[in-house]
Amino acid sequence: MSFDYDKYLRPGKLPHIWCPGCGHGIILKGLLRAIDACELNKDNTAIVSGIGCASRLPGYVDFNTLHTAHGRAAAFATGIKMAKPEMNVLVVGGDGDGVAIGGNHFIHACRRNIDMTYVICNNFIYGMTGGQFSPCTPTGDRASTTPYGNPDPVFDISQLAIGAGATFVARSTSFHAAQIDKLIAEGIRHKGMAVIEILDDCPTTYGRRNKFRSVVDMMKRFKEQAVPVAKAEKMSKEELDSKIVTGILHREERPEYCEQYAQVVKTARSL
Amino acid sequence: MSTPRLEIIEQYCKGCSICVEFCPTNVLEMDGFLVKVVRPEACIGCMQCELRCPDFAIKVHKD
Ligand SMILES: Cc1ncc(C[n+]2csc(CCOP(=O)(O)OP(=O)(O)O)c2C)c(N)n1
Ligand code: SF4
Ligand code: SF4
Ligand code: SF4
Ligand SMILES: [Mg+2]
Repeated sequence: MSFDYDKYLRPGKLPHIWCPGCGHGIILKGLLRAIDACELNKDNTAIVSGIGCASRLPGYVDFNTLHTAHGRAAAFATGIKMAKPEMNVLVVGGDGDGVAIGGNHFIHACRRNIDMTYVICNNFIYGMTGGQFSPCTPTGDRASTTPYGNPDPVFDISQLAIGAGATFVARSTSFHAAQIDKLIAEGIRHKGMAVIEILDDCPTTYGRRNKFRSVVDMMKRFKEQAVPVAKAEKMSKEELDSKIVTGILHREERPEYCEQYAQVVKTARSL
Repeated sequence: MSTPRLEIIEQYCKGCSICVEFCPTNVLEMDGFLVKVVRPEACIGCMQCELRCPDFAIKVHKD
């Protein structure tokens, strides 16, 4: 059955500003299906972003939304969750926003294990500002600022999140559209910091420079490179080279930050 | 089960051709920068086009 996205979209906002084929639209739809599956109440849900093409997402959706400063989405979201722990708090944004300028806020939200769901749209580039390289641009690839090839090693966002302490970490791609909502929904249901990394495409500033003929070619490479977690566990490190492991990569239970903080308040009051 | 009905919202379609390329039964084709339903009878209702369209421009009705 066709999914009714309209009930979650602000009227009169479409078509959105994203370029033809931009993966952010596929992630937006997955996010809405996940929210629907979790039956989140609109008034009790906040969707927060920073700056970038991906960060334009909250502007289209009918929830409490906050479009903040570049890289600061996790910090604002932390403020909302601390003030109103009963609210569902979601963050969306790009690789540049989340792990370049916002890397500090990102790792500390993971460390605290604050109960929020962070959907990070990793298109390997700063799309909005014309295709400068990000910490996720593959080594050797071309960006407007690396015309001879990017010399930098890459951040693996999911591994970074696990290392920093996030208690739910999952990864998918824009090709695997039907998996996106399932993983985000799992993340929403998880108590603690959930990071869902979705690899997607910026055909305009990344694809073009890196010899992809079309966004379809870019999505096909995700199809070829993706390996589900269960299969990846049986593969060697060499075999996994240049593959993308998809699915739930990490899940653990650890005390949640707002609850820990409420405990501090209680202790202080009892003195 | 009757053949699903495909709806194209033309003012949203940006002509990326994602739906065309990933349809398993070649129901869709590009007509310049707009998608067109060319073989509606071949549609198996798999939803791949609707799921991957970044622009809310194609709907698969199975009523
Ligand atoms: C403090 C500050 N520095 C730099 C910028 C310029 N800027 C806007 S968006 C952006 C990068 C966005 O990249 P990403 O988060 O990956 O989003 P995408 O556009 O790729 O979706 C930059 C550097 C800014 N708006 N504010
Ligand atoms: S510039 Fe790239 S990231 Fe931004 S809307 Fe266009 S395709 Fe998407
Ligand atoms: S529902 Fe499946 S078969 Fe029908 S047009 Fe869409 S992709 Fe093709
Ligand atoms: S995927 Fe959507 S925007 Fe792209 S051609 Fe098909 S209907 Fe149009
Ligand atoms: Mg980006």
